[in-house]
Amino acid sequence: MTHFRKLVALVAIAGLVPFTALSQQPRYGGELVFPVPSEPPSYDGHREETFGLIHPIAPFYNTLLRVDPNDRSGTTAAPSLAESWSVSADGKTYTLKIRTGVKFHDGSEMTSKDIKASYDHIIFPPPGVGSSRKEQYADVASIEAPNPTTIVFKLKNTSGSFIASLLSPYNFIYKADLLAKDPHWYEKNIMGTGPFTFVEHVKGSHVIGKKNPNYWDKGKPYLDGFRAIFMRDSAAQVAAVRGERAHVQFRGFTPKDRENLKAALGDKITVQESAWDCILMVAFNHKKKPFDDVRVRRAMSLALDRYEGSKALSQIAIVKEVAGVQVPGTPFATPPAELSKLAGYWPDAEKSRAEARRLLKEAGVPEGFSFTFMNRGIPMPYEPVGVWMIDQWRKVGLNVKQQVIEAAAYYTPLRKGEHEVAMDFQCGYIVEPDLDMYKFTSASRNPANYGYYEDPVLDALYDKQSQASNVEERKRIIREFEKRLLDEQAHYLMTLQWHRIIPHSSKMHGWTVTPSHYLNNTLDTVWLSP
Amino acid sequence: MGLYILKRLLAVIPTLLGVAVLIFLLLRVVPGDVVEARYLGQGSQFVSQDLMNIERAKLGLDQPMWKQFTTWMTGLVKLDLGLSMWTGAQITEEIKLRFTLSLQLALMASAIATLLAIPLGILAAFKQDTWVDYAVRVFSIAGLATPSFWLGSLMILTMLIVFKWVPPMVFTPLWVNPWENLAQMIWPAMAVGYRYCAVGTRMMRSTMLEVLREDYIRTARAKGLWMQLILTRHALKNAILPVLTVISTEFAFLLGGLVVTEQVFNLNGLGMLFVEGISHRDYTLIQALVLLVATFFLVINFVVDIAYGWIDPRIRYR
Repeated sequence: MTHFRKLVALVAIAGLVPFTALSQQPRYGGELVFPVPSEPPSYDGHREETFGLIHPIAPFYNTLLRVDPNDRSGTTAAPSLAESWSVSADGKTYTLKIRTGVKFHDGSEMTSKDIKASYDHIIFPPPGVGSSRKEQYADVASIEAPNPTTIVFKLKNTSGSFIASLLSPYNFIYKADLLAKDPHWYEKNIMGTGPFTFVEHVKGSHVIGKKNPNYWDKGKPYLDGFRAIFMRDSAAQVAAVRGERAHVQFRGFTPKDRENLKAALGDKITVQESAWDCILMVAFNHKKKPFDDVRVRRAMSLALDRYEGSKALSQIAIVKEVAGVQVPGTPFATPPAELSKLAGYWPDAEKSRAEARRLLKEAGVPEGFSFTFMNRGIPMPYEPVGVWMIDQWRKVGLNVKQQVIEAAAYYTPLRKGEHEVAMDFQCGYIVEPDLDMYKFTSASRNPANYGYYEDPVLDALYDKQSQASNVEERKRIIREFEKRLLDEQAHYLMTLQWHRIIPHSSKMHGWTVTPSHYLNNTLDTVWLSP
Repeated sequence: MGLYILKRLLAVIPTLLGVAVLIFLLLRVVPGDVVEARYLGQGSQFVSQDLMNIERAKLGLDQPMWKQFTTWMTGLVKLDLGLSMWTGAQITEEIKLRFTLSLQLALMASAIATLLAIPLGILAAFKQDTWVDYAVRVFSIAGLATPSFWLGSLMILTMLIVFKWVPPMVFTPLWVNPWENLAQMIWPAMAVGYRYCAVGTRMMRSTMLEVLREDYIRTARAKGLWMQLILTRHALKNAILPVLTVISTEFAFLLGGLVVTEQVFNLNGLGMLFVEGISHRDYTLIQALVLLVATFFLVINFVVDIAYGWIDPRIRYR
């Protein structure tokens, strides 16, 4: 290459570098449009449980702390209304320093008084006020606001997950005066400190938010506004993205939708994927024979070839990763090599099935034994996963009748304990062992345990890991818990971890997928390129 | 006639009361309630029985069934449909929001269906067993065999693949932006109108064939009357009565029954509200919607009965 050519090349590269860098700089303006597959029943985050509330309403609020919006694992705490935090030497007092200069959308100042009122509303709700997350804070003894910039949480016991519990995207900070006047005010009204202010909600249709010009995080948000459109039908959601009427749907699409969108839109679409903090599992009713016998339960887990199942099902359904009690790739997840030692996770499927047959025989379960498997009437992913499991169980000589029950009626027979074997489900707003494992504690302390078992050993392990302050120690206890739950006692059976697929317009930037569809919906970091 | 109208109006009351009792009881027989739908279907970990009890008490679901029924009926007498158990909003507001869209869709679909069905049915009958008749029959049978939601999906896919365009996703009232409104509404109206038109065309053809074989038509033709006059003045008036019944019943059905089509086109109408209500076990909302649809049917049937007398003077009500 001649010197001249080299020079030309260098000039060209030098010219491109700043251009590329510039193109990644956030750009102001534009309206983000996204379909939301469900609509919030009310606006009160402290009361509701659905992502249908988070996606359109979270941009109007802030929480005390938040998950770092750039952290793909969705587990790292980052400041929000609290700038910093510290823990006392005994691990029972958490002191958070509150940001100054934060204003509600009505122009009033936000102080620790509002934080205290909001958390009182969640943890110690007045009579007649429902709080979905009260039980999660059972260890909180008191909340104090000694001055306008400090909030103090005093706990009854040490907790390895207290900071994580403050990351809940549902824990919107409300205005104390409004809550004092009417504790139900936030069910029908919106007044927060978030990056967007409320414009309108047309029921059944959409929610519109516009940029908050007085947002405390100077320079943000980048968008002029957003429009969340309620859209139940998944084909309509895909059509909206494909027809470029919407930028993204934050919950997730199927593998087939991903492929169709990629084929139709090429580089106009960007796909982000992650293991999803949702899982279908199987509840064995311990009060019904022969499911009271651990050998039968173990055999049913051993019958599943999860690795082959993952390969096949991930092509057609929103499931993929083989997992234990924690989402793969997150800090407390069991490494695959260790997981493969648990019953049902062995790499050799034939060996597993031979052991399953042996256990069934030993338990006196005859070849062709018939039972009813209750499944929920939701096509994705209940239907393919259910069909796969029935096929796997047949391979060890079990004859399964599937009873599909309409979604809204599904939990009535489960709560009455009428099922033999039933599909159960769990979805977390953040990957945290305390949240993910509570479901498996004894039925006497947890009404959502549809296995109806009592296991004091498991309960003790749960409490022990929850109070462990050392991370490695906590990991070790979680492994013990997992082994007891899934192998030794096989109280529950895990299927495959859900897999979150977010194809979005390549014009959308500043958003990172996490394992939870409840996270990263404040939209303050999101921007649109031309 | 006046007495007949009065009798028909009075008959509405026990009919609606029967519908009210039936829907109230049926809903409570179905497993699950709004509180379970709200908290247990989300996969959350910390839902306590206390929370469920608080929510049930707030909605009056802890009351005995007879008390819930009398509360509801008392409200109805005062024309108060109550609050939605899911959203807490006034049910009249929830319905009002969606009614404009559903009414417009029903009117547009009916207009498309009527404008096509009557001429096509007459033409097919008049040109019986010619290629015209066969073409109309193929067109109408295809319409009967094609579910409107499927046709709707096909329309959207075609628009996406061929024109890289999809209809607007949010409803804009006609008086706000007619172009935007029609860009969204014309497609579902055509998808629904086609099936609706197919029913009407078949009915029009068969009744017209029957009438065309009557003696008075033969006499008219023998007198040398102009064929167009025979068809419009003599045949159509007699042939249209059953078609009118079909069209009006379909219209009432469209007002509350376009569940899947509304989903496909993401239309915020009464059909979608119905589905939401059922999936949330929103008793008060479903009760109100069922009563509303029953009222539509009663009113439309009543209007059709009156119209019979006007179209065919031989029919007199006593």
